[in-house]
Amino acid sequence: MAEEKKAKPKIQKEAVPIPKQPPEVRRRNFNEVALGYTEEQAVAEANRCLQCKKPQCIQGCPVEVDIPAFIRLIRERKFEEAIKKVKEKNSLPAICGRVCPQENQCQKFCVLGKIGDPVSIGRLERFVADWELKRGLEAPEKPAPTGKKVAVIGAGPAGLTAAADLAKLGHKVVIFEALHLPGGVLMYGIPEFRLPKRIVQAEVDYVKKLGVEIRTDCLIGRIHTIPELLKEEGFDAVFIGTGAGLPRFLGLPGENLGGIYSANEFLIRVNLMKSYNFPQYDTPIRIGKKVAVIGGGNVAMDSARSALRLGAEEVYIIYRRSRKEMPARAEEIENAEEEGVIFKLLTNPVRFIGNEQGLLKAMECIRMKLGEPDESGRRRPIPIEGSEFTIEVDTAIIAIGRTPNPIIQRTTEGLEVTRWGTIVADENGKTSIEGVYAGGDIVTGEATVISAMGAGKRAAKAIHEYLMNKK
Amino acid sequence: MYKIVTKKELAPKIKLFEVHAPEIARKAKPGQFIILMVHEKGERIPLTISDLNLEKGTITFVFNEVGKTTFELGLLKEGDVLPHIAGPLGNPSEIKRFGKVLCVAGGVMIAPMLFQAKALREAGNHVTMVLGVRIAQLLFFEDRARKICNEVYIASDDGSIGYKGLDFLKTLLKKEKFDRCIAMGPVVMLKTVSEITKPFGIPTVVTVMPVMVDGMGMCGVCRVTVAGKTRFACVDGPEFDGHQVDYDELLKRQKMFVNEERFSSILWEMLGGGKLFG
Repeated sequence: MAEEKKAKPKIQKEAVPIPKQPPEVRRRNFNEVALGYTEEQAVAEANRCLQCKKPQCIQGCPVEVDIPAFIRLIRERKFEEAIKKVKEKNSLPAICGRVCPQENQCQKFCVLGKIGDPVSIGRLERFVADWELKRGLEAPEKPAPTGKKVAVIGAGPAGLTAAADLAKLGHKVVIFEALHLPGGVLMYGIPEFRLPKRIVQAEVDYVKKLGVEIRTDCLIGRIHTIPELLKEEGFDAVFIGTGAGLPRFLGLPGENLGGIYSANEFLIRVNLMKSYNFPQYDTPIRIGKKVAVIGGGNVAMDSARSALRLGAEEVYIIYRRSRKEMPARAEEIENAEEEGVIFKLLTNPVRFIGNEQGLLKAMECIRMKLGEPDESGRRRPIPIEGSEFTIEVDTAIIAIGRTPNPIIQRTTEGLEVTRWGTIVADENGKTSIEGVYAGGDIVTGEATVISAMGAGKRAAKAIHEYLMNKK
Repeated sequence: MYKIVTKKELAPKIKLFEVHAPEIARKAKPGQFIILMVHEKGERIPLTISDLNLEKGTITFVFNEVGKTTFELGLLKEGDVLPHIAGPLGNPSEIKRFGKVLCVAGGVMIAPMLFQAKALREAGNHVTMVLGVRIAQLLFFEDRARKICNEVYIASDDGSIGYKGLDFLKTLLKKEKFDRCIAMGPVVMLKTVSEITKPFGIPTVVTVMPVMVDGMGMCGVCRVTVAGKTRFACVDGPEFDGHQVDYDELLKRQKMFVNEERFSSILWEMLGGGKLFG
């Protein structure tokens, strides 16, 4: 107590920088870009936290991690207790510490942000999570079984979180994953250099240690339908966390030419199938000399930076609005820029031009200007007549979003769906069918890993209440 | 893990596997496919389901050895296991009483076509089957076809067995009235069949198997233009109206990775290929 009465400690306005691979090196390898804090750096950064009496940061966290508490434990070098504190709320901290947009969440509310850099909460979360992974994960104690069985569809952020929370409450949980590896977008979507796959698998292992069973290669809607899971397979409740789904295309002439990928295809090949290691891995990828990535979100940045690492000479981001409207995280835009990605803003493709073999050779674009704000609140892009021009590209990656996968909706009678194909669910994930819950991108449309985790968490709570009150 | 129960060589480079996969067998229907991986570093390849046995809990598929993945697959023996099979995928074929059905099958797709023909016969159809092969030596399942179907025609690209090419169909269609045509085989064959049936106004359904990665509605590589619209073979197909498919685009899209595939096969052979597997 005495210390508090002393003169106010000097506030460190600047965050401890995180060591990174230099841009000229990292742009040609798939190793992780941000290297993570050392113990000393983590403690120094933790020391910047003011330990507010009424902490603002927690309200920015979709899974309500007790942020000041875990930071205090880091400060005291009680790393084991720190990670336990995080894991009370978040079962996937090594992932969240890397891919959460903290600047729009916890760190946005940090009071230090008013005078300088907010506390680097994400980096600290990553530090304690990595610290634990290095020592090997401990299996937490198993609770008394409730005798209830829950099917979780999809082993992505929403499904893994819901499964972990339900298992901690004593329910038997089986995750059905359509692909051959669990992780969902964490495996197929986010590149190795941003989220190493061994980290994903380590956190998936933690979920398994909680007692969750994961069945891969099971596409629900085909191998079992949801009504079958409930009526024939003995499940008491179902959580649907099937993610963002089918790629959206531009609908422009020439879009099916060879050399044009959806971002989903491109990233699935590179990340899930590891085609950057072709031919050691069998799935091929072809990258040309000049690559155009169409879109301005995180998926576009991931695609552009992957294209560079695969050896492309020039990579362009083609985006129809200006930099201010780009939905990608500021940090990812900076990373891409540092690595040499060229931004062609206020530009929109008009058509794709192919050669005799049906391969892409050029793209016609038109310049855009910004008009009045539209429903999204961003200024509407308007084509400037007569400003068409052609750029030579031999590869294009279309990263303009996704529409929900329709298989579950088509095979589940009575499941209410919006006109966009997303599943209708309330804020606790309750759908139009009793005992069936949904959360993440399949409900909201494309959003972030952490918002999907938040949805998984809320749904787990609601499912628990439903199961315990049933009969 | 999926154990290989039966392995047969049906013709040079054409092999049949019967695999223990009871959950898939319980659900599989004619027209659907699986995606399999030979090992953890492998590709995901789609193969159409050719048969199933509910008692044994098995599914059957037939494949052509054309590249590294299928070479490796072909080296597996009875008792070996496949690490990953996802399925059944895609929409099942429409099976009902159409009346007189003309089935045209090419190459390895003869096997799944007969699976469908059996269901069509059971639904009360008169089934005329055309078995198409490149050369006589590649013909298989002729006896099975004769058992299942009302009539069987054979055609080959070089005329070494049966009719030369598919032109004889024009004469057949002038003579006999068909209510539906179903074609499964190489894209060029699907195109030819659709061109032949169109003037006769016979509803024609073709099974397209473009390149796929996930096969579940994620990657979009299997896109096909049907009636001017982009459709995904894995979730909207694999069957489409044969008179509406843009075959030329499909043919070009199938060749996208030809160089990489060739490189992979050559490298595999140079490194000892099959020998690594004993």
